[in-house]
Amino acid sequence: MKHFLLAASLTLSAPAAMACETVTIGDLTVEHAWSKATIGAGRPGVFYVEITNTGSTDDALVGIATPAAGMPMLHETVVQDGIASMPHAMSIPVPAGQSVQLSPGGYHGMLMGLTTALKEGDSFSVTLTFEKAGEVTVNVDVLSLRAEGPDCADAGQ
Amino acid sequence: MLGVGAYRTRNRPALSEVLPLPIGEMSWALTDHRDQSVRPTDWAGHPVMVFFGFTWCPDVCPTTLSDISLWLEDLGADANRLIVALISVDPERDTPAVLADYVSSFDPRIIGLTGPADEVAKAAADFRVTYRRVDKDGGDYTMDHTAGVFLFHPDGRFASIIDFHEDRRFAVPKIRRTLS
Repeated sequence: MKHFLLAASLTLSAPAAMACETVTIGDLTVEHAWSKATIGAGRPGVFYVEITNTGSTDDALVGIATPAAGMPMLHETVVQDGIASMPHAMSIPVPAGQSVQLSPGGYHGMLMGLTTALKEGDSFSVTLTFEKAGEVTVNVDVLSLRAEGPDCADAGQ
Repeated sequence: MLGVGAYRTRNRPALSEVLPLPIGEMSWALTDHRDQSVRPTDWAGHPVMVFFGFTWCPDVCPTTLSDISLWLEDLGADANRLIVALISVDPERDTPAVLADYVSSFDPRIIGLTGPADEVAKAAADFRVTYRRVDKDGGDYTMDHTAGVFLFHPDGRFASIIDFHEDRRFAVPKIRRTLS
């Protein structure tokens, strides 16, 4: 299964560096793609990424697909009156000249129906579909369940 | 099914107007991730930190547990007397064995608690916590739940709540105030 995931990611570079790769499509820059290890394949995995729109036209992330999960969806964690809920996000706006983060406690990809448990050190590919820019595929690093994000030299806070 | 306690607390006026009971006045009986039974009286004399969640939750719960692990690292041995517990709002799926697997990824001082649905509902009512099952397509479901972390003094009095994503600069001193 691990080989399947590596093959699916279409790369042989060191997994530790993948989350720090930058992929561009049109005016969009996609970077810091990461996930957390799961206990078994029964629980959903999670997908985080940072998207920057350097252009002058608004775009939106409208879907994700991955060989790692049968039913990947976009969600948003919302805390209202102290209650956390996780509504489905039909699309995530990526306004012109702005950065949008899918990050812990906010927007995130929820990977339902994992084909295999995600283990720390694994990697898999996710294809993001944007309303205007189209599709782009990124490599996703699986970090530990308690990770707070990838450790990239340029990962500014 | 899980509903009775959950919906009753949900209809209270506002969460912020109703404080958790002192630990000593609580009445739940739960089981920890090592299969040991735990009652509120077991925590007498200890500062306590509790939050509610479930292991199927991909975002809020691991994020909170990561935060708590970092707070505990900051506090070091000072927090060794602190009881730190995750109470599952999804006892149907969160057995003690599942919780054991889950908490093993975080600070070893964090314990997982689960139990029969009515005992979980009792605990939620004692802490003034709301939770609700949300059914999804294909028979799957998720849980909405109160996301804050509750702090109690060693004598059982409620101390404060750490909100979801509260800055560590504020969270750690709040915890420290319950330790003495």
